[in-house]
Amino acid sequence: MDRRDRFVAWADRASPGVFLMPAVLVVLALSIFPLIISLYLSLTRFKFEKGGFSLTFIGWLNYKKLLFGSQQFHLLGTLKTISPSGWIIVGLVAVLLAVWLAAYLRRGASAIGAIGRLLVIAAVLTVTLMFASASAPGGQIGTFGVTLIYVFVGVLAQYLIGLGLALLCVQNLPGRGFFRLVFFLPMMITPVGVAYTFRMMTDTTKGPFAPLWQWVGLGDFAWAATAWGARIAVMIGDAWQWIPFMFVVLLAALEGQSREQIEAAHVDGASGWQIFRFITWPAIIPVTLTLILIRVIEGFKIVDLPNVLTNGGPGIASESLTLHAFTAWRTLDLGGSAAIAYILLFVVTFFCTAFVNLTRSAGGAR
Amino acid sequence: MKSWMKLSLAAAVLTCGTVAAAVPAAAQMKYDGVTVNIVTFTGPQIAEPLQRRAPDFQKLTGATVNVITVPFSDLYQKLLTDFATGTNSYDATVFAPQWMVDYIEPGYLEDITARVKGDAAIKWDDIGAFFRDFSASYNGKVYTIPLDGDFQMVYYRSDLLEQAGMAPPKTWDDYIAIAKAFQGKDLDGDGTGDYGSCIAKKRSAQSYWMILSVASAFIQSQGTSQGVFFDTETMAPLVNNDAFKAALTAYVETTKYAPPDEINLDVGDTRGLFTSGRCALTLDWGDIGTLAIDPATSKVADKVGAATLPGSSKVLDRASGKLVDCTAEICPYAVDGINHAPFAAFGGWSGAINANKDQKVRDAAYDFLSYMSQPEQANVDVTIGKTGFNPYRTSQFESMDLWLKAGMSEAAAKNYLGAIKDSLNSPNMVLDLRVPQNQRYEQVVLDTAVARLLAGEIDVDQAAAEIESGWNEVTEELGKDAQLAAYRAALGVQ
Repeated sequence: MDRRDRFVAWADRASPGVFLMPAVLVVLALSIFPLIISLYLSLTRFKFEKGGFSLTFIGWLNYKKLLFGSQQFHLLGTLKTISPSGWIIVGLVAVLLAVWLAAYLRRGASAIGAIGRLLVIAAVLTVTLMFASASAPGGQIGTFGVTLIYVFVGVLAQYLIGLGLALLCVQNLPGRGFFRLVFFLPMMITPVGVAYTFRMMTDTTKGPFAPLWQWVGLGDFAWAATAWGARIAVMIGDAWQWIPFMFVVLLAALEGQSREQIEAAHVDGASGWQIFRFITWPAIIPVTLTLILIRVIEGFKIVDLPNVLTNGGPGIASESLTLHAFTAWRTLDLGGSAAIAYILLFVVTFFCTAFVNLTRSAGGAR
Repeated sequence: MKSWMKLSLAAAVLTCGTVAAAVPAAAQMKYDGVTVNIVTFTGPQIAEPLQRRAPDFQKLTGATVNVITVPFSDLYQKLLTDFATGTNSYDATVFAPQWMVDYIEPGYLEDITARVKGDAAIKWDDIGAFFRDFSASYNGKVYTIPLDGDFQMVYYRSDLLEQAGMAPPKTWDDYIAIAKAFQGKDLDGDGTGDYGSCIAKKRSAQSYWMILSVASAFIQSQGTSQGVFFDTETMAPLVNNDAFKAALTAYVETTKYAPPDEINLDVGDTRGLFTSGRCALTLDWGDIGTLAIDPATSKVADKVGAATLPGSSKVLDRASGKLVDCTAEICPYAVDGINHAPFAAFGGWSGAINANKDQKVRDAAYDFLSYMSQPEQANVDVTIGKTGFNPYRTSQFESMDLWLKAGMSEAAAKNYLGAIKDSLNSPNMVLDLRVPQNQRYEQVVLDTAVARLLAGEIDVDQAAAEIESGWNEVTEELGKDAQLAAYRAALGVQ
């Protein structure tokens, strides 16, 4: 092989890397670099000064303040001594997790799988303890707990309603084309628009439904003035906007099912529930998992609805993690804001990794 | 050529010449081609008069004035970010003068002392001394032009109180008693129950001044230099004591006799409720007086009274942290044993110029702000409710014609201006906080704790402790000695 051939062979080997390098650099510049900078920002105190700004390295102080210091009430909540009923709930959760781990070990566990599950158990127990402590008398749920409620309660409700609507629309009902369009519409509206609409609708004194509220005796009740009223209002607004997304994807999945299987089940005398349980449900599980993953990631970032609808209030009762970070950023606490964003990033990454691995191994087990 | 023809020709040439000479002169104005970007908060108040008068100013000078608005809660950091990063997209601002210290020290705002001295049209001496000193000046130099005068006062429905045989509130207990008496009664004749009190209590808005208005009389009794925020010797916050807790308790109590969503109401909402006749009492700046006479929106014209902030017969003993009865020694400015401490909340919207812009743009910005403040404009704007501008010039207090022309009855005008003058002239007037990063003390720590208290998340003791620890944290971070020196300087403590 002469020198020219060697060069050509080298060029062949190197060319994929050379051609990919610009794209890799762009990705690094646009995503990895800001990630590193914001990590550094979360370890500093930001201050405007003459001619620019200064960043003073303060180590873990921003995280310490949020997790154990003066801002703990805001992030984790006002934590009090857990009541006996709280301990019972924590105990029940611990038992369920132990049963789940034992079942996994009996199936034949891998070391990595067992470590992963132990981490998940530790995380679930920590969150349960946090909720039990924040729900004790004098306690208060912080932005982390509120975000988890928005994500898990909200996404579950959205999925169930979206699935119900999709199941209705695959039936041969009159006007289903019209309803498909109607159910789809909310997703096209900007979240801020949705938030303002719900702000008007939940206004019991001046809103369009004020006479109705007064007629049912709720004229002196304000959704946004009670903690759970405000959180529920946010979840209703979020559900109204995102149910269409669930609906459209699940409708496509349902319509893509094999008609032969369902017709055969009918012929064999299967009930509607049996057809759903043994044919439809297994067919839509992959779509369901993807849908839930996408919505959970999106749900963790909820900001526009609580910001416009309740302003995070009353107090901080309906404030999400992202709104918490935005509030800190707005008051020039850039280090604190970046620390909250990093905690959020950690939680989302942990959840997604656990979710993907657990559902994959559950799929394998099936 | 006949003589008349010669004469006509000469006249025509002369006319053409004159027109030719006059056209370029008319088109050439002082600020042709100059654009001034001025930022203020999303009103409509404050932004409205700037937007309305900008075209008039353009006709006079040729300068184009763009009024940019941002939410109130974003204004402080938008300005700081813009100035500090050197973006300098804003040429001027109409903002809260208590923030000026954060912009002046790094050199972002232009010292306009010389400009003001050389500007006869602004009639500087006509501006109230308090506004010239507190809202416009820092370390003896002038940095802003006042456009507004701000004192919080209590407004009441004079017709309702008269019918009920009740006197305007002199103490916060009186305020609560009146609110309780009218809560649920039909005050506007529409057959539905209305509210005893409407106070803007929304978080991340302008509500933190309201609690300070309630607290001021409980904390300050010995004159302006005593201050209500910190001990002037130790910089210890004056919040975790019986006086501030009494104020918090009274503030929470008012929420019982109010609209159900009061904790989510901003000043625009409470003003709408009060002027539409749905509230017996409210706590606000001077705006209510002029909004009440706006025939387009008000149902309470000539049914509104204004009073200086209610006081307290017990005040803070700073040594023990307890409430003690007023005596001639403890409360030298008390009236009938009741200590009043009118709160100059905010200080009044004022205009300032970005020091890092071109000379021509700064000149145009100054001329526009001066134009807005000149009596020809300002004395009309302060009588219009939607402007958000309240009286701040001596001529505005003295000229009754202005107010009668605006639609106020003589009795109402005397009552309204009298309440402002009482506040302005009080030797026990409370100055708003003007130390570096005062926004963090008030708009972040105080605002969050009070919002949590109103929401029932924490009790009065926890709220007081939370404010104290939050303020101490900010003070330690910024340097206690420097903050104390700034606080003492703002109060004029030697």
